[in-house]
Amino acid sequence: MIRYIARRFLWIIPVLFVVSLITFSLMHAVPGGPWAREKAVPASMIARLNEKYGLDQPVPVQYVTWVTNLLQGNLGPSYKFQDRSVNDIVSGGIWTTVQLGLMAFFLSVAVGIPLGVIAALGHNRWPDYAATGISVLGIATPSFVLAILMILLFGVTLKLLPTGGWKGPDTWILPTIALASFPIAIITRYTRASMLEVTRKDYIRTAQSKGVADRAVVTRHMIRNALIPVITILGPTLAFLVTGSFIIESIFGIPGIGRYYITSIGQHDYGVLMAMTILYAFVVAFLNLVVDVLYAFIDPRIRYS
Amino acid sequence: MVSAEEDMSAADAPTIVELSADDVLRARTEAVAKAGIGRKAEHLLEVRGLSTHFFTPDGVVQAVDDVSFDVGYGETLGLVGESGCGKSVTALSIARLVPDPPGKIVKGSILFDGIDVLKLSPDDMRKLRGKEIGFIFQDPLTSLNPTLTIGYQIGEAIRQHMGLSEKATEERTIELLSKVGIPRAKERLKDYPFQFSGGMRQRVMIAIALSCDPKLILADEPTTALDVTIQAQILELIQTLSSEFGTAVLMITHDLGIAAGMCDRVNVMYAGRIVETGTVDELFEEPRMPYSWGLLDSLPRIDDVRGDRLRTIEGLPPVLIRPADACRFNPRCRYARDVCREKEPELTRRGGTDHMARCWATEPEGWIA
Amino acid sequence: MATDTLRGGVAKPQPSASLWRDAFSRLRKNKLAMLGLIMVGFVTFIAVFGSILAPYNYQDQDLTAVVANKGQPLPPLTGGHILGTDQIGRDLLSRLMDGARISMSVAIVVQIVVICIGVPIGAMAGWFGGRTDNVLMRFTDVMYAFPDLLFIILLTVVFKQTPFGQAMDGLLLVFVAIGLTTWVTVGRLVRGQMLALKETEFVEAAKAIGVSDRKIVTKHLLPNGIGPIIVAITLGIPAAILAEATLAYIGIGVQAPRASWGSLINDGQAVIRSSPWLTFFPAVCIAVALISFTFVGDGLRDALDPKLKGKQ
Repeated sequence: MIRYIARRFLWIIPVLFVVSLITFSLMHAVPGGPWAREKAVPASMIARLNEKYGLDQPVPVQYVTWVTNLLQGNLGPSYKFQDRSVNDIVSGGIWTTVQLGLMAFFLSVAVGIPLGVIAALGHNRWPDYAATGISVLGIATPSFVLAILMILLFGVTLKLLPTGGWKGPDTWILPTIALASFPIAIITRYTRASMLEVTRKDYIRTAQSKGVADRAVVTRHMIRNALIPVITILGPTLAFLVTGSFIIESIFGIPGIGRYYITSIGQHDYGVLMAMTILYAFVVAFLNLVVDVLYAFIDPRIRYS
Repeated sequence: MVSAEEDMSAADAPTIVELSADDVLRARTEAVAKAGIGRKAEHLLEVRGLSTHFFTPDGVVQAVDDVSFDVGYGETLGLVGESGCGKSVTALSIARLVPDPPGKIVKGSILFDGIDVLKLSPDDMRKLRGKEIGFIFQDPLTSLNPTLTIGYQIGEAIRQHMGLSEKATEERTIELLSKVGIPRAKERLKDYPFQFSGGMRQRVMIAIALSCDPKLILADEPTTALDVTIQAQILELIQTLSSEFGTAVLMITHDLGIAAGMCDRVNVMYAGRIVETGTVDELFEEPRMPYSWGLLDSLPRIDDVRGDRLRTIEGLPPVLIRPADACRFNPRCRYARDVCREKEPELTRRGGTDHMARCWATEPEGWIA
Repeated sequence: MATDTLRGGVAKPQPSASLWRDAFSRLRKNKLAMLGLIMVGFVTFIAVFGSILAPYNYQDQDLTAVVANKGQPLPPLTGGHILGTDQIGRDLLSRLMDGARISMSVAIVVQIVVICIGVPIGAMAGWFGGRTDNVLMRFTDVMYAFPDLLFIILLTVVFKQTPFGQAMDGLLLVFVAIGLTTWVTVGRLVRGQMLALKETEFVEAAKAIGVSDRKIVTKHLLPNGIGPIIVAITLGIPAAILAEATLAYIGIGVQAPRASWGSLINDGQAVIRSSPWLTFFPAVCIAVALISFTFVGDGLRDALDPKLKGKQ
C-alpha cells in the first residue's frame, strides 16, 4: 500500500511538469507583454524592465529559470504588483480560498449524500421527487446566478446577511451555499443512482433473508457499498471547489487567490499565472490520489490486491 | 447495533454454543408463538394456491400461478424446471422476499409450521427469516456482501435472533465454519468474501443459512454457479447437515440428476404451474407429462452415441402475460391435440398414490397410455 | 408478442435492433425525458428560426423609447417589447433568441470536438492496450490535472487575435477550448467499453475468422458499446452550455454586440435592483436548457440500461 501511494505521488511530478510546460508555452504565445499600460511606455524602459526580469532571454531559458526558482520555493516576482512577490500574493489569499472550498465541500457532502440516500429509499415516492427536484434546481442554476439571487434576497431585500466581504461566519454563509449548490446536486444524483444499483444486489437479498432489521440492511449493507462509487467523484469535486471559486470570490469580494488567475492572464502577469496553474494542478492531482487511497480503505477488494 | 431482540432479554440467553432442541424452542419469538404455535401442523410447510405476479410496464407477469405443495418435517423436496418457470419466485414468496415493486403475492396461503406466513407483520416475518427459514442462493460470488468480513456476515443472523454474547457468537461462527468444511476457521473470520473460492463462498452461504438452526432451508440452485467437482461436495454437505439437524430442504434446481440424488419427492414446474409431482421413483420410473419426459430426455447419458446431438426441448417457455386457457406446454409438445389448445388440464392423480400430473394426454381417457 | 408465443408460435431469438426499439419505447414512457425532449426541440426551433421569428434584430436600439422612459430600460410588455429592453433599448426577447442559437451551437460543436478526440483516443487505447494504452491514459491524467475553466481562459486569450479566434464572433474558439477540456471523460468511457467488449465471444469469433482490427472496432465494438457513450455525450451538453454561460458571464467568448445568456446576466446584474427582468429571463433560459438536456440524458441512460428493465 505504501509503495502504491509513493508511486502515485511520484507520478504527480511528471504531470505537473507537463502542465507547467504547456501553460508556460501558451502564456508566452499571448501577444503583448506585461508592461503594456494605458499610456504608451517608452521602448527603452520596456527593454530595461525585460532585462531586469530576464524576459529578454529565450523562452526555454526563462522556463528553466522558473523551474529552478520553483524548486527553491520561489515563485518569482509579480509584474503587476511590483512591490509584492508571487509568494506573498499566494500566501496572502490561499487560505481564504481553501477555507471557502473546504466549507463548500463539507456542505455538499453533508447535504448531498443524505439527500441521495433518502431519494433512493423512497424511490418513486415523494422523498425521491423532493430530493430529485432539489438536485435539478442545483443543476439548472449556475453558481453566479444563485449568488446574485441570494445577495438580492438575503443581503439587499431582507438585510439578513452581508452582501460581501470575508470578515466572519455571517459573511461565509452565502458564498459557501452558492459554491456548493452544484456539487450538492451532483453528489445527490450519484448517491441516489448508486443506492438504487445496490438495492438490486444479491447480497442485499441475502441480508434480508437473514432477518436483519431494515435499518441495519440500509446502514451496514447498502450505504457502505453505495458510497464506493460516490467517493470517486469527491476528489474531482473538492478540486473543482478549491480551484473553481474565482467567480464566487469576485462576486462576493472575497480576498482569495482565485480572482488573481483571470486578471493575471489579461495582464501578462506570468509569475502569478504559472503559480496558480501549478498550484491548482497539484491540488487536483493530489486530491485524486487521496481519493484512490480512501477508496482502498473502504473497498477491501482493492486493499488486498 | 441490534444485538438483542425484545423477545429475549440478554439475561436468559443461552451461553452454550451448541443449541439443544429446547433452546431453539425457547428462542422462538413471541410473535411466532402468537401467530399459531401449538397448533400441531401436519407438514412443516403447506403452500396453497400461491400466485405471485410481477407488475411490469409491459403487463402483469404471472410468474407463479396457483401453486400448492407440502414439505414435511425433515423432508427434502425438489422443485425442478427450466429457468424462468417460477421456482425461484416460489421460494422467494415463502420467505416473503419477492421484490415489491414490481412483484406481489396476490393469492394463496403459506403455512409454515402452522403459522400463516402471509398474515405476519413485516417485523414478525423478519423474526422468522434467518431463524426458522434459512436461504442458500444461487450465486455465491454476488450473494455475499463484498465489504464485510465473512465472520460478520455469518454472525449477523446469530446476533439478530439468538441474543448471544459477542464471544458466544464468535465461537458459534467458528464452529459453523468448521462444520461446513472451511479449514482454519478461526483465522478466516476476518477475511472478506473475495478471498474465498466460489465453492468456499457457497460453504459460507450454507453456514449463514444454518446459523440459527432453521427448520427449513430454501436452497435456490445452490450449485449452478459452481464447478462440477465442487457441486458434488456442496450437495453432500447440504445433505449431511440437513439430516444431522433434521432440517427440511426445498431444493430448487433445473438439474434432474441433483433432484434424483437428493430429494424424497419432486415437483416439476413449468411456466408458473406445477405440472407433475410425485416421489423421485415415480417421476423417474414413470413420468406422466411430456415436459417431464423432455427434462429426463435432455439429461446426457453414459450410453449416448458419440456424435449424437444433445437432446433438448425445442422452443422456449412462454412469456407469462395474460396466458390463454390452454396447456402452457402445448406449443412445444409433440403430442398436443386440440383439447390442449382449448382448455388447461387440472393437476390430477395418476395411479392410486400421490403421483399427480397436469396433462390431457395421460389422463385415464387420454391418448397416451 | 407475448400472447402470440402462447398461442402456438415459438419465440425466436430477438434481433439486436430490438435493443434500440426497446430502449426507444422505454424512453417514450419516461415523462421527464419526453418533457425534456420537447423543451430541447423548442430551444432548437428557436435557435434555427430565431432570426426570422424575433420581433427585432438583436442589436437594434430603440433609443427613443428609452429616452422617453427617462433613460431607464423598458419593463416587460411596454413599448412593443414583450420582455422589455436593456439600457440602450435593445429588445430582450430578440437577444435571448439569439442567445438560444449560441447555446445550441455550444451543444453541438463541443460534442463534435469531444467525439472527434475522445472516441478515437479511447478506442485506440482500449483496443491496442499495452504501451499505446499506457501513453494515452497518462496523457488523460495530464488533461485531468488542468483546472478546466482556467485552461479554457488561457486558450481563448492565446488565440484571440488569430482568424480562428475571430470565427463565429469569437465563439468557435471557446467551443473548441471547452471540447479540449472535456473529451477525457468520453475517452475513458470508450476505452472501458472497448476493454470489456474485446473479451466477448463475438469479437473473439470475428478475430478468429481474420476480420481486420479496424473493421472489428468500427463494425462490432463501437455499435455495441455506443449506449453509454451516447448517454455521456448527452449529459455533456448541459455541462458545455453551463461552461459557455460561465465564461460569457466573466466576459470571455462571445463578442459584442452579440450576447450569450451568460453575458446578458452580467449586463443585467448592474441594474438588477431597478430592472430585475434583465437578469431573471436569461437565468430562466439557462435553467430551461440545462434541465431539458439533463432530463433527456437521464432518460436515455435509464432506457439504454437493460439492468433497469422492468424495475422502474
